[in-house]
Amino acid sequence: MGQSRREFLKIAGIGLGGIAVTAPLINWANGSISTDRLPAEDFISRTPTYCEICFWKCAGWVYKNEKNDIWKIIGNDDDQHCNGRLCPRGTGGVGMYYDEDRLKTPLIRRTIDGKQQFVEASWDEALTLVAENLAKIKEQHGPECVALFTHGSGGKFFGDLLNAYGSNSITAPSFAQCRGPREVAFMSTFGEVIASPERTDIRDTKCLVLIGSHIGENMHNGQVQEMSDAIDKGATIITVDPRFSTAASKSKYWLPIKPATDLALLLAWTHEIIYNEWYDKKYVEKYCYGFDELKEHVKTFTPEWAYGITTIKPHIIRETAKEMANASPAVIVHPGRHVTWYGDDTQRLRAVAILNALLGSWGRRGGFYNPDRASIPSFPHPEFPEPKKTWRDAHPGLYNLASEVVANDICDSTIPSPDRACNFKGWIVNGTNLIFTLPDQRKTLAAIQSLEFMVVIDTMPMEITGYADVVLPECTYLERYDYCRTDQNRQASIALRMPATTPKYDSKPSWWMVKELSKKMGLEQYFQWNNIEELLDWQLKQIGSSLEEMQRIGVKNFPRTDDYLYFGDGEDIEFNTNTGKIELFATDLQNEGFDPMPVYTPHPEPQTGFYRLNYGRNPAHTFSRTANNPNLTDLLDENTLWVNPIVAKEWGLKPGQQIWLENQDGILSTFAIKVRITERIRHDSVYMVHGFGHTEKQLTRSYGKGISDTEMITNVMTDPIMGGTGMRGNFVTFKLENPHLTKKEVAS
Amino acid sequence: MKEELIVSGRMNYKVDPTLHIWGWEIPLYLFLGGLAAGVLFFAALYYLRGKDKEYQAAVKWVPMITPFLLVIGLIALFYDLNHKLYFWRLYTSINLQSPMSWGAWALLVITPLSVVWSATYVREAFPFWKWPFAWLDTLEDFFIKNRTVLAWIMIVYASILGIYTGILLSAFNSRPLWNTSILGPLFLVSGLSAGAALIMMLSNNPLERKRFSQIDLMLIGIEIFLIIHMFMGFRASTEVQIEAAALFLGGPYTLPFWIFAVFLGMVLPAFLEIWELRGNHIPAYIPAILILCGNIALRFIIVYAGQSSRYLY
Amino acid sequence: MRYAMAVDTKKCVGCSDCVVACQTENNVPIGYCRDWIVEVTDGTYPQLEMEIRSERCNHCDNSPCVRCCPTGASHYSDGGIVLVTKDMCIGCGACIASCPYDARYPHPDGYVDKCTFCIHRVQKGQNPACVEVCPTKCLYFGDLDDPNSDVSKVLQKRKFKTLIPEAGTKPQLYFLI
Repeated sequence: MGQSRREFLKIAGIGLGGIAVTAPLINWANGSISTDRLPAEDFISRTPTYCEICFWKCAGWVYKNEKNDIWKIIGNDDDQHCNGRLCPRGTGGVGMYYDEDRLKTPLIRRTIDGKQQFVEASWDEALTLVAENLAKIKEQHGPECVALFTHGSGGKFFGDLLNAYGSNSITAPSFAQCRGPREVAFMSTFGEVIASPERTDIRDTKCLVLIGSHIGENMHNGQVQEMSDAIDKGATIITVDPRFSTAASKSKYWLPIKPATDLALLLAWTHEIIYNEWYDKKYVEKYCYGFDELKEHVKTFTPEWAYGITTIKPHIIRETAKEMANASPAVIVHPGRHVTWYGDDTQRLRAVAILNALLGSWGRRGGFYNPDRASIPSFPHPEFPEPKKTWRDAHPGLYNLASEVVANDICDSTIPSPDRACNFKGWIVNGTNLIFTLPDQRKTLAAIQSLEFMVVIDTMPMEITGYADVVLPECTYLERYDYCRTDQNRQASIALRMPATTPKYDSKPSWWMVKELSKKMGLEQYFQWNNIEELLDWQLKQIGSSLEEMQRIGVKNFPRTDDYLYFGDGEDIEFNTNTGKIELFATDLQNEGFDPMPVYTPHPEPQTGFYRLNYGRNPAHTFSRTANNPNLTDLLDENTLWVNPIVAKEWGLKPGQQIWLENQDGILSTFAIKVRITERIRHDSVYMVHGFGHTEKQLTRSYGKGISDTEMITNVMTDPIMGGTGMRGNFVTFKLENPHLTKKEVAS
Repeated sequence: MKEELIVSGRMNYKVDPTLHIWGWEIPLYLFLGGLAAGVLFFAALYYLRGKDKEYQAAVKWVPMITPFLLVIGLIALFYDLNHKLYFWRLYTSINLQSPMSWGAWALLVITPLSVVWSATYVREAFPFWKWPFAWLDTLEDFFIKNRTVLAWIMIVYASILGIYTGILLSAFNSRPLWNTSILGPLFLVSGLSAGAALIMMLSNNPLERKRFSQIDLMLIGIEIFLIIHMFMGFRASTEVQIEAAALFLGGPYTLPFWIFAVFLGMVLPAFLEIWELRGNHIPAYIPAILILCGNIALRFIIVYAGQSSRYLY
Repeated sequence: MRYAMAVDTKKCVGCSDCVVACQTENNVPIGYCRDWIVEVTDGTYPQLEMEIRSERCNHCDNSPCVRCCPTGASHYSDGGIVLVTKDMCIGCGACIASCPYDARYPHPDGYVDKCTFCIHRVQKGQNPACVEVCPTKCLYFGDLDDPNSDVSKVLQKRKFKTLIPEAGTKPQLYFLI
């Protein structure tokens, strides 16, 4: 592979697995007109799984029909993540299996007649190549120079492999591109993270405050369900969002805040709650550290002060603060999930954490509960080798408070630089389309070009697969075993995923790939199980279950042994912070040289003719990974650009008109996007759903549909505390004519 | 600004984004049915009035085209069906509330009737005509003797067919444009006018031509009256019908409707006929063809526009 | 017996799960749907209101589609559920044109298809697939003649509306407002 420039390669799909498409014609020539379309009387079999379409990982049952084909997926009633109800993506998970654009066979990058192309390969050939290249990197640079990017259950096996190989640079964009700031902020305040699924006790809350969190559009199943329960019980919802989100439409108060000014509002709320003595005095006195400093700190942050910044009227700020206080402690100032916005995100989330502390909601019913999670021992293996370097060595002293590996930092330290201790030479990428995940695509591509080797494991041809040296087709979650799910909830629980059917095409599960690779890499001693059933059965037996039992029930909940869902009244608690208390004044931030209490700083605003690019989720899709799922493209097959009617009038835009975008750095969108003229967006911003605008032609349903917001995000405001990539400081302007065409014409 | 969106990406075939379940087949069928009804109505009428010698084209010759018109219409209707092999299901039930059922049964009567009626005049048209079987001669004699009965049945069923072409649409209360009881009479009169025009065009008897020219003039007058009346009704009705009328009063169907259906299909031929009745020579086929084309236009426009008129909620 | 459904517009987030669940449960071909989501926004920024509705066949008491069907394929079944017998349907499209809610569509196999309230499940005592899957539990199904059914109970305590009552169809899909 060497240093040759990595051209983006299209994946050939010749002669592989043609799929029968129901012709929309009347099939009367052969007399078979009365095909029975009624659903099967009863299912043939059902097998347990947990969903892989998003990180919520709801447990469910895969039903097969009388033809032994996968028919439908239904939630498992015993599962706390979903309570028997999957979301549209989980229900549409069948489309992931039936998608005829799937990766079908291992592919190897070869140069033939001076032209790079993918060649279909056998598994043996492909895995041997992976093993050889990893061995080469180990020999020349050390195993620490290989990183794993993963956002999928199969990645856990590759994580084991990487650990056995000698590196612990295992990263997921879900930290520094998503929820990292909130974890660091809550860690710093309460000594514990929020984690996933969020420990928010929404179903029993009396007041839910959402700050830019669009529950309902983000389909985080348990939270959506609980928000609905809260509505039923008459909870007050306060939504802070410059866009009239679905949640905003369900709210008693919608605060249409000026973008990028949330911290000012949070500080004003803090001010009101402290100076009106609306805070939980007993709780603050017993558990909190630094109240007096905080009181002094927010003295001048009055609602009147915040009004000038946020455009939210002072009486609304007061009223909403009072609503929260009235509900205290059954109030949740929601920490959100995707919170990497402006580079001061940890500080903003600190303000959220402080508010929750003042309202006494941490550890209280209707606030934040204390979660429990099952712990399953690893299959016995020798101690993993200790890496001589870690990802942190590339930038000593940076992001010391980051509790997970910072994906974009791995990307930065892959681009060679003389002043860096570690340059990554090899990437293993599992189930994450880094081109659409990491902002500033130019940098991501530069890093990929500097690699000596990259192997991509995925179910679909994605933009990232086009840059791989070896592509390994993973079978979908409906066709494989994985490690059991052990994520937290009110009770500890485990969920099993088992194959409902054999893998389509020549795809394989990750556990099999890792097992085979371990043989080729001489790491067999770390993987002493013969197959996945043996591994899982051993693990399950350690915690009092078995594979046979889990195959039957799918989900097992373990009753809590402690009585610790909420704090006891006046209970003595030692928090996992430097002071052992809830730190309103954060000593760890102070020690690292950051503001111990959040300070509002203004952020850049769009220039004339430019609009702030906001992006978000649609309930039918998970990022870019579902954009080609036939069941889900049926609901939404492209994103639209939300434009306020006033802006539309200024530009003469018509509904559905296709336009191109250009950002502040002169980056043009590859494709066009249709305009949606709507009152739901402010005049100074535009909005689009993330995950569209695929450039990979093999994604036949999603290629060229809409614009990728990631493409437009080139101004990245990095959070100095934990390395998060603030992505909401990008501004776009409209191009009514195809700018690519004009360029070509000028050239010719 | 009010925004109404189907957010789940609904794109049902022939239903979204606006209903277009009926293409060219149904309006063509309605036109041919109406035209045949008009021709057969006049044939029966003038036979019963004992004018079969004077108005030979109306009573004898032009009806011979109607079996073909009806069969083409039926083929169009069949072509429109999505579940074709079950066509026969139309005749395993009678649904008195369904105009489609009425039409199916009316066609089942009138199509053979038009064949029989024409057959009784075949020998007059072709003196050397010979039936292949002797029993057909007997049958012919029987029908010739009972022409009066045939004519009575025919006049009733022609009226049903003519009205049916309009009622088919007006029975749909979900489509505000169609949901007016004027559509039945309008399509009946319009069908009669087309029938009269066809007779006028094919007759070589000046007296007959003049008679049908006068009839046409009168029918066009009624048609225009009904159209005006229809729009007055819409304008004075609920919001959805006001919106339906707006399709023709400034909306996308304004020009096609007023120019092709009303001006070229009614006003101009009426003017030409008045001109001719005053003694000027106008070839008969010019107003006749204009009327026929206007008739087709009227049905296409009403069928298409009706599908885009809907309740908003 | 009178089956009916209520949709809580205050809880529905428009996620379209009902649509996908219906498609998989009933083998509705890709590209077609028997239920769908409507989102109506009214007002001017920032004075806005939004209503989200999960819609489907209203199983009207006075169904224009049953009335205009020439073959009797469209009919009332148990509890007023409006169904199409597919081997009686000729695919003439009259019922499709007659429905003010555009709830019917021509199935690629030729006959006209629509929501059945999942009668095959209801007969077994289960809820329709859409009701069963809804993450917000905003759909309520049951027998209006039974005062203890989910739908009766919620209609007793909440304000509701129906769609286009002026069309005279007597729809049985109730929207809680």
